[in-house]
Amino acid sequence: MSLSFTEENKARVDRIVSLYPNNMAACLPLLYVAQDQFGHLSPEAMDLVAETLELAPSHVYGVATFYTMYNKKPVGQFHVQACTNVSCMLCGAYDVMTKLEQVLGIKRGQTSKDGLFTLTEVECLAFCGTAPVVQVNDDIHELVSPDKVEGLIKELRAKAGK
Amino acid sequence: MDEKAKPVKIVTQNVGNPDARKIATYQKLGGYKSLRKALAMKPEEITEEVKKANLRGRGGAGFPAGIKWGFIPKDAETVYLVVNYDEGEPGTFKDKTIAGDDPHRLIEGICIASLAIGAHTSFIYIRGELVEHARILEDAIQEAYDKRIIGKTMMGKKWPMDIVVHRGAGAYICGEETSLLNSLEGKRGWPRLKPPFPAVKGAFGEPTIVNNVETIMNVPTIIEKGGQWFADLGAPGDGGTRCVAISGHVKLPGVYEVPVGMSLKDIIFETAGGMRGGAKLKAVIPGGSSTPVLTAEEIDTDYAASMNSDEKIAPVEVLKGELFDAGFRDKEGNMLPLRSMPGSGAIIVMEEGTDMVEVCARLMRFYAHESCGQCTPCREGTGWLAKVCSRLSNGDGKLEDIDKLALISDGIASNTICPLGDAAAWPMLGFLTKYRHEFEARARDGK
Repeated sequence: MSLSFTEENKARVDRIVSLYPNNMAACLPLLYVAQDQFGHLSPEAMDLVAETLELAPSHVYGVATFYTMYNKKPVGQFHVQACTNVSCMLCGAYDVMTKLEQVLGIKRGQTSKDGLFTLTEVECLAFCGTAPVVQVNDDIHELVSPDKVEGLIKELRAKAGK
Repeated sequence: MDEKAKPVKIVTQNVGNPDARKIATYQKLGGYKSLRKALAMKPEEITEEVKKANLRGRGGAGFPAGIKWGFIPKDAETVYLVVNYDEGEPGTFKDKTIAGDDPHRLIEGICIASLAIGAHTSFIYIRGELVEHARILEDAIQEAYDKRIIGKTMMGKKWPMDIVVHRGAGAYICGEETSLLNSLEGKRGWPRLKPPFPAVKGAFGEPTIVNNVETIMNVPTIIEKGGQWFADLGAPGDGGTRCVAISGHVKLPGVYEVPVGMSLKDIIFETAGGMRGGAKLKAVIPGGSSTPVLTAEEIDTDYAASMNSDEKIAPVEVLKGELFDAGFRDKEGNMLPLRSMPGSGAIIVMEEGTDMVEVCARLMRFYAHESCGQCTPCREGTGWLAKVCSRLSNGDGKLEDIDKLALISDGIASNTICPLGDAAAWPMLGFLTKYRHEFEARARDGK
């Protein structure tokens, strides 16, 4: 089944393409637009980007699979991304990770059965001065400690109405 | 420099005042006056001031910015300025702190640099995770368009200027400039062979200057106060101030602007308030995760480009019995106890009791994850470093593993297109050189 952009996103696409000297340069931003609209980048979503920019689908797959922020598989409503790189690790990031796994009942790399949470271990997020950090979708949570994990997850559940 | 004088603030002068994100406040604080001044200067005069300032790149490599600008061919028609805001080196968080609170200083610097190199379009490549910071930047750019600072003219001068924010999508390698250019062009972030250097053939095949955020944010002050003033602030050959980002086991982690050449010891014990909970200092990674670790005894050293001399760390020669210091000897074979660099200004501080094998293993997993896969020595080598080092860290390693780690590092360093290979091999050798006894103990006694 072929997909298409919403009218609003079509306008976004036109604006993005106009910013660059050629179509290919719009590949990364368009993958974001597609991910926004479809939730993750299925092969059909990547085909749509390829078709829109008149690029080979193989090129777009190659790009999408190179970068970690493009979700090639569906992720939960809340993508919980905990940094465990050195500065965070020194401040207890692995304890936070363990607590997250406990509270969510999933291991890193997994999505909860209700589709609400995906837990991912990520590399340095550039918030080392307020370590450990956990990014939930676009929002950064700084100075997270294991005893704050439960509250954070509760808050997210409340947001989802569950 | 009189050390008792009030420390000079350049790139952090508006940090902590989020109101400065608004153009009206920025202008009230003197903003865009340097651009006005630069608009009356010849391009080569601007470059000359920046050369005189001894402004070194603040992204990690420390190349003199004015000299880089001078590499743009004189007959170039289309030139791009690309700002590297892909802050990804573990431990580094200065760019998002300074540009997040003071985006117009970045825009003003971009405009001045564009005048100098002849650019009419600038791309700011910001790492994808910094969603909020990208928004702040886009809002500031829109304000600059609305106030006709940029657009069809630059503050009234016939100089069309566009600034585009381009978001990365999660790849450490894209902080390397040629990889960043490929990513900007909509490709996989694979580094390019050099030459040709970006100044000759960069973004979209055109001459391009790639500068770090902090580097560009220093430019307005250099134009305002003069290159000589800026050079006098710093150490020989390394002008101005330096933004350091301190993390780990210190009392006051954060971003600080310190004089170039201030001692690392003072930065940790005075600026950052010393060790948290009164712990004893064990080790310091002085310039981002890619720089070799220093022991507590080695930190009484100037934090400046000269810390590393001008030579790169030589690839190790693997000699039996001499494995681990080989990479840190000079040409005459003398041991060089201190061979590291201020890199991206990221200082990671570790207290007594920190497990150095575990820290090293964590870093090696990072490099294995981030290797782009293009060059075999790095793709395979970082994977092996991560596996062998993790095995040791978990207490499942053998004594021979230590030799293996040195051998693998030697096979990677200097054998790859881009510096990611070195960036993994050097810290590995650093940890082995300084903390070999911990690796041996772990191999012998398990965990």
